[in-house]
Amino acid sequence: MHFDWPYFWHQLLQPNSAFLQGLWLTLFISIGGQVIGLVIGLPAALARRSTNKLLTWPARAYILLMRGTPLLVQIVFIYTGLAAAGILRFHDIHWGGMVLAGNVQAGILALGLNEGAYMAEIFRAGIDAVDPGQTEAAKSLGMTPSKILRYVVLPQAFRIILLPIGNQFNIMLKNSTLVSVIGVSEMLLVTETINSATFRTFELYSVLAIYFLILTSIWGLIMRLVEQRMDRSRLRSPAASLGTTLAETV
Amino acid sequence: MSEILVQAEGVVKRFGSHTVLDGVSFNIYRGETVVLIGSSGSGKTTLLRCVNHLEKIETGRITVNGYLIGYRQHGGRLVEDREANIARQRRDVGMVFQRFNLFANMSVLDNIILAPMKVRGENRQIATARAEALLARVGLAEKANAHPSSLSGGQQQRVAIARALAMQPTVMLFDEPTSALDPEMVGEVLAVMRDLAQEGMTMMIVTHEMNFARNVADRIIVMDQGRIVEDGPPAQLYDRPAHAKTRALLAPAR
Repeated sequence: MHFDWPYFWHQLLQPNSAFLQGLWLTLFISIGGQVIGLVIGLPAALARRSTNKLLTWPARAYILLMRGTPLLVQIVFIYTGLAAAGILRFHDIHWGGMVLAGNVQAGILALGLNEGAYMAEIFRAGIDAVDPGQTEAAKSLGMTPSKILRYVVLPQAFRIILLPIGNQFNIMLKNSTLVSVIGVSEMLLVTETINSATFRTFELYSVLAIYFLILTSIWGLIMRLVEQRMDRSRLRSPAASLGTTLAETV
Repeated sequence: MSEILVQAEGVVKRFGSHTVLDGVSFNIYRGETVVLIGSSGSGKTTLLRCVNHLEKIETGRITVNGYLIGYRQHGGRLVEDREANIARQRRDVGMVFQRFNLFANMSVLDNIILAPMKVRGENRQIATARAEALLARVGLAEKANAHPSSLSGGQQQRVAIARALAMQPTVMLFDEPTSALDPEMVGEVLAVMRDLAQEGMTMMIVTHEMNFARNVADRIIVMDQGRIVEDGPPAQLYDRPAHAKTRALLAPAR
């Protein structure tokens, strides 16, 4: 086996500008998709938990559709399928000197819609994990359901779901490669393009894998710091998650 | 003691095919302390929870201060009221739970001032001042900034009482407030309740503390299989119990 070490080190340590742009696009798409997922996830979770069937059923259908079909199919369907049917065509958006390409918009939207379904289930689990006795106490104090959610349930649910959300973003970073199929020049597509000119496939994909490993490792480190901070604040004020369990053992 | 504060008429409550409350009627007068007793499954906790509409009822009606709780008249029938209206009705009815149910994400002080600020729109200074006075009253003035989980069960329950009182309710409901406590902590909670009774608070209490019932209650309501089988002052129930259930329940305390 021949491994071109000089080429490998050069690509790893001094990537060309196309690859760096791909790196930024990967981050941009991942963060965009995650933000949309978060924004959709909470209302979808609330709709799913509602007692009103007009809210529950659309939420159920959305979650079923997004979790039950491949993300790759959703990406192609949203960008190519909708355009072919004449329903929705994504046009480039220009602000000043910046361009947000149509396929990038479609990619972020598809990733976000898919993520929203998973976020909805995570939010739902987090909300259900908050001691229902506290909701009853809040009701008995005359609080409306929306105030109970805002002041009592969600602050505790967020703590519970912080780590699952972090895990989802790790998945999002890697799933963002799928939008290469609609021509978005993120890291994978840039790598494919360079490969088609140089045929140093093994070296190039090794570099790509290492870049993803670095991204997910940095994210893992951030999540560990967040976790430690949560533990510290729990030591200082040991209520949050221990509170109810301690109270119940008394 | 003439003004009726809580009134129940023919209240029926079912869980599936099981009838938990089978046509319950009673009056609670202003300033009264009424203790509900009965063996487990007799419906006493469910009855208490109906008074602030934590449980729906099938038929009958419950009023507090003259207001129908949880329902409104609609074309001769009772239909469930809107959430916002039910929330408004609950402001006047304080409740203390067996498991305290303090908000785990907040300090003791924040537990107490949350509802006065967010429900009644009080400013922080006024709410805090009242919270501190209430904490002093339940003997926990120095615990304002503590977290619920750092408190003993008895202390948590006293905070829960202060939290309910902060809404300045006209009636207080206690659902087995000492059942989850270690024996040495029962006394401190009962003492707070006794003080409240002496200050004239209207209270409905589900408890197994028979000595407390005998010494503090103005009236004892005895429940059995979803019905009220006896209702009278402690002396009468202890000396001349009319119903076999009353005799069985009060016998150990005599």
